[in-house]
Amino acid sequence: MAEVKEAAQPRNWIPVVALGWFLPGGGHFLLKRPGRGAIVAACVALMFLLGLMMRGAMFQWQTGDLLTTVIYCGGFIGDLMSGVLFLLARAFGYDQPDMAGHVHDYGTKFLVAAGLLNILAMVDAYEIATGRKD
Amino acid sequence: MPKMNLSHFEASLLFALLTSIVLGIVTKRTDRERLRYAAYCFGYFVAAIFALGWLMYLGHG
Repeated sequence: MAEVKEAAQPRNWIPVVALGWFLPGGGHFLLKRPGRGAIVAACVALMFLLGLMMRGAMFQWQTGDLLTTVIYCGGFIGDLMSGVLFLLARAFGYDQPDMAGHVHDYGTKFLVAAGLLNILAMVDAYEIATGRKD
Repeated sequence: MPKMNLSHFEASLLFALLTSIVLGIVTKRTDRERLRYAAYCFGYFVAAIFALGWLMYLGHG
């Protein structure tokens, strides 16, 4: 994968990380790493779409005992980290009710995992922007 | 939106594949290292799927 790489010079990382959140892989595109950005975008989008097609549920912010707080708030943050995918899915009403069944369970996990993969990509973009990585 | 019905195995394999690719992309510095690491992670995911599958099967008696 031949990419035009900039010299490792620290730059403002906030727009890179913000774009990386909003548009998965966007931070890498901003840093002129289109190959890596495209692969990240494809993986996050595919994971999210598979989650939706499996009728996965999206977590709602909910507090209570420790386990409830960790699961629901953590799950909500995981969903939110998919950026525009999450916002569009919510806006167009793809937020499914929680249903019993292994396919729905997998779908719910796929939706959260898409956000977690995007967090990894955002950290990678941050490290590139601050010159810690090529 | 079409509904997808996958078995445990299919869903786990898809999860392993996509996660391995992203782990390879974000953790290594050269394309060769990325490819190797993604394949390595995928192999371990698959090994864990089989190991846990057998464990649950034997645990059920």
